[in-house]
Amino acid sequence: MDTGDTAWVLTSAALVLLMTPGLAFFYGGMVRSKSVLNMMMMSLGAMAVVGVLWALYGYSTVFATDLGGGLLGKPFEFFGLDGLLAADQLSGTIPTIVFVSFQAVFAIITVALISGAIADRARFGPWLLFAGLWATIVYFPVAHWVFDFDAKDADGNVTEAGGWIANKLAAIDFAGGTAVHINAGAAALALAIVLGKRVGWPKEPMKPHSLPLVVLGAGLLWFGWFGFNAGSALGANVTAGVTFVNTIVATCAALLGWLIVERVRDGKATTLGAASGIVAGLVAITPACSSVTPLGAIAVGAIAGVLCALAVSLKYRFGYDDSLDVVGVHLVGGLVGTLLIGLFASDKAPAAVNGLFYGGGVDQLWRQAVGAFAVLGYSFVLSLALGYLVKFTVGFRASEEAEVSSIDEAEHAERAYEYGSLTSARGTGKASVAAGATAVLEGSNKS
Amino acid sequence: MKLVTAIIKPFTLDDVKGALEQLGVLGMTVSEVQGYGRQKGHTEVYRGAEYSVDFVPKIKIEVVIDDAAVEKVLEAVVEAARTGKIGDGKVWVTPVDTVVRVRTGERGTDAL
Repeated sequence: MDTGDTAWVLTSAALVLLMTPGLAFFYGGMVRSKSVLNMMMMSLGAMAVVGVLWALYGYSTVFATDLGGGLLGKPFEFFGLDGLLAADQLSGTIPTIVFVSFQAVFAIITVALISGAIADRARFGPWLLFAGLWATIVYFPVAHWVFDFDAKDADGNVTEAGGWIANKLAAIDFAGGTAVHINAGAAALALAIVLGKRVGWPKEPMKPHSLPLVVLGAGLLWFGWFGFNAGSALGANVTAGVTFVNTIVATCAALLGWLIVERVRDGKATTLGAASGIVAGLVAITPACSSVTPLGAIAVGAIAGVLCALAVSLKYRFGYDDSLDVVGVHLVGGLVGTLLIGLFASDKAPAAVNGLFYGGGVDQLWRQAVGAFAVLGYSFVLSLALGYLVKFTVGFRASEEAEVSSIDEAEHAERAYEYGSLTSARGTGKASVAAGATAVLEGSNKS
Repeated sequence: MKLVTAIIKPFTLDDVKGALEQLGVLGMTVSEVQGYGRQKGHTEVYRGAEYSVDFVPKIKIEVVIDDAAVEKVLEAVVEAARTGKIGDGKVWVTPVDTVVRVRTGERGTDAL
């Protein structure tokens, strides 16, 4: 065990955990003032559900002994993290339980990312149900494919097989371009289709209610992303250093790229564009940060910034209400980053692979494409199925009245901004007994 | 007495207020309103999508004045609010029956 490596991975886990509340601000600022809390609660809800599932069977499904074909780990081998607490349980140079914590926060943020596609109109309970189902049936298997590397002995013989994308296919996805971003982006597209358009979309502008919150969120995401990318080195070493630098420069280039597109296309560079450009760059460099040089990272970031800025208009052409552009930023950005490895990978970077532009031919490019589209297809089809399952059993969407008046009030009995009101309710001075049932009844009468 | 209502471009409010003060108009009520006239709304582009904005933000000023002051007030408001471009606004005058000052109960022009 290496104490330096362990300290860095523990720190990174905390950084990545912060990304989910950061995402809540990022998304929360983008919606209208009447649905901020519902938006933020979807991120917090993902933490609640996925964090618990991770300890129960999530980690085991991703990282326990492969059931065959690199498709799935044994879900109950480490049920409740049983058998992972001993001091001699190591993953590389760090205790396995530290690795457990680092991977837990990846699962949480991936599920939370999806929620941006269904802003303003999803009921909270069904979202929690979907989050649990999706983590179990989509994220845990896909994370196994991508993140579970074969265990090898000193001679390089495989002692325990891992996931198929990481090992058999040998696609490069350093920190989750496929497992996290393509995965969440494809699910976002599926849910936007399942839930349908918001009332008034796309005729009404529905501009962000608080761009300062969006910028705060983007800042927290970027800060946390150093844990996401550099932490994925699983050690305090030069790989962490290279990925750290790439996480800076690619993001700056994407920010610039997005703003240039806006200036040329719309006439003005917007704050929302700057924040979105940051996230697009972070998404694209996530899979690629270990396999490109800083110059390659600038290229990856700039291309992602430009393409994602163009991609957010696609929803108007195809008519799906991906409210906060999860598809345009995470699906497209994830694809861009994952595929560009096949072009820009350089053997000077830690992954030591050459892409097409560095004389490596198309070998890595097709591996990247297979990995990316396998995850896209699996996630889209199963997310669509799970979304319809929730829709046709418990119902997914809030009533039109709740959506138009305020989903915050309808789902959470709160408003983000409580301005004084002439019609504010007066307390009865009584403690609420059996609050659930009566509140529901009274709420529906009043609203 | 007359009620003068003026719909003006928001950035001209300070000039209009100054002009009215110079004429000795002692009070006014100002509200932020939205609407459209002959120019209809306009279109805006944001994040790659075009929207039509039907209602344009305006300021509504209301002052109640003595009959004798109407022409001067109209002239001052129009002068101060005019930019010569489309959307400068409108001013209209309506008769007022009576006015009561709440604190003293005074009525009519004494209450202005």
